[in-house]
Amino acid sequence: MSTPQPPTQQAAPDWHAAPGSPYPTYTSPIPVVRTTLLHALASEWTKIKSVRSTMWTLGVFVLLVLGIGLLTGAVVASSDSDLAGESALSLGFFGLLLGSICVITLGVLTTASEYGTGMIRTTMTACPSRGRVLAAKGIVFFLVAFVVTLVSATLIGLVHVSMLEGHGAGDPTGEEWLKGTVGVSLYVALLGLLSLAVGSIIRHSAGAITIMIGVLLAPLVIALFMFSESLKDVQQALFEYSIPNQMSIFYANSLSESGPSGWDPLWIVLGVTAAVFAAAFVLLEKRDV
Amino acid sequence: MIELEGLTKRYGEKVAVNNLSFTVRPGIITGFLGPNGAGKSTTMRMVLGLDRPTAGDVRIDGKHYDELADPLTYIGALLEAKAWHGGRSAYNHLLCLAQSNGIPAKRVREVLDTVGLSAVARKKTKGFSLGMGQRLGIAGALLGDPRILMFDEPVNGLDPEGIHWIRNLMKTLASQGRTVFVSSHLMSEMALTADHLVVIGQGRLLADTSMAEFIAENSRSYVRIRTPQREQLLDALHDAGVPVVEAGDGVLEVDGDKSEAVGELAARRQIVLHELSPQRASLEEAFMQLTAESVEYHAHDGQPPGTLPQQQQPPGQPPRQWGSDWKRG
Repeated sequence: MSTPQPPTQQAAPDWHAAPGSPYPTYTSPIPVVRTTLLHALASEWTKIKSVRSTMWTLGVFVLLVLGIGLLTGAVVASSDSDLAGESALSLGFFGLLLGSICVITLGVLTTASEYGTGMIRTTMTACPSRGRVLAAKGIVFFLVAFVVTLVSATLIGLVHVSMLEGHGAGDPTGEEWLKGTVGVSLYVALLGLLSLAVGSIIRHSAGAITIMIGVLLAPLVIALFMFSESLKDVQQALFEYSIPNQMSIFYANSLSESGPSGWDPLWIVLGVTAAVFAAAFVLLEKRDV
Repeated sequence: MIELEGLTKRYGEKVAVNNLSFTVRPGIITGFLGPNGAGKSTTMRMVLGLDRPTAGDVRIDGKHYDELADPLTYIGALLEAKAWHGGRSAYNHLLCLAQSNGIPAKRVREVLDTVGLSAVARKKTKGFSLGMGQRLGIAGALLGDPRILMFDEPVNGLDPEGIHWIRNLMKTLASQGRTVFVSSHLMSEMALTADHLVVIGQGRLLADTSMAEFIAENSRSYVRIRTPQREQLLDALHDAGVPVVEAGDGVLEVDGDKSEAVGELAARRQIVLHELSPQRASLEEAFMQLTAESVEYHAHDGQPPGTLPQQQQPPGQPPRQWGSDWKRG
């Protein structure tokens, strides 16, 4: 209390409006716009294309799908093996399976990285409708993931068919083409969307990616080590509903005879994604940012 | 205008913000003062709808934050530094914000120019210094040309030139009739910029007053006197009816601006003075005492609350330990 006051504080502040004076209000020349989901979509589109992680994950994805696809195609083409009437499209499976890890990563990063950087507070301040933010992220990411997967899968499919002509490969039917391109691309993109929702719930990039890779691979790995006879049924179910097996169904070369078939995997992942997305919406509304 | 009514935020057992009610008016700068951890940032996050209040209500021009269709044109906020993705360029960061509120893209260039970041607009923000980060945050706040601005510790990390710039910016914004709400833990900073003052400690409202009143009430002026003829001077002052306190080390203190009176009195009685100096207790100390007492009150929970804000420490005794723990709140 008794120290002399430093000189800077002797300068009285220059207040120009006493409280209680009539309030002046500022009106901006910027036109007021009633914002919609479209504004949020434009914003998310700018966001996703302006960070390098998008280019990296999608670049590696395309490399994996095309690279592994070309490699398997070359191996099969150079050997004497005979595909025995099976469609050449099925060779695309391995590349897409590995590539899906990239899509999962990008999906998680789309939401979780905003929590890591603090961007989420800026985002939610700019768009207080939290549901709209999550929806916009989901739509933008899904379209990007779907288009990139579709182009890659179609490209490698065309390459495989032309490479393996005369190796006993059956000409893919229209439905086989549809399942091996659009079908599997929808599946992979939905898997990414599921990761996006998980990222929004977990709010931590590394944690959410680990969970999603676990979901991708764990059932199959666990099933491999279920030797006990009493667990036969569980093992069978884990095999059949593991994501790799579900993906292989799009190429009609399921690892098992029973279990999901046809377009079933798409409905399964759609159901799971919808449920997790709903949970993400509810939690986003409830929690503090 | 920002109106808070009984705003409360509880994290488990801990009450971060406790029944806060005050109004932030347009046309002036309202300083929001409190030691670290007093609940300033939590309050600001609740204003922006980022944190849901446990109880109470906060409205911006009469609306809840999430009812604002284009919030950035209503209220611009600088929250903690670096609330963005470091891999994105400054331009793209502001562009995605502008797009989400339907603000024309040319406005991004304008605000980058205003804050002086045009030269690094295309650079990744992770290479930005603390000061550049603050400028980018302020650019984001100004993007929608909003009528309400909220800055959380804006001078943190700024160099003197930057601090000068932000002070002037805030004054200009307020003089245009905008509402400016700025938090700080530095009283000296607020004394230079704010017109109105809201002080909180431990999440509770301690003061809601104009800066002028706060200065008048809290910066005690007194006269500091040293003399070899202590007894004679004490007698003289007593005869003249001037109350005096002993401040130790032979120093006497007389409240008020009475140095002339004391000097003349001493001359009449032929008392030798070694020192006769008018003093003013700093606002910083007044603020520290205000907030430290709220900390103490919470710590031992038995002190009568009525004695809180204006309790003056007898000068003379060595300072109590309140200064050492006020930051812990």
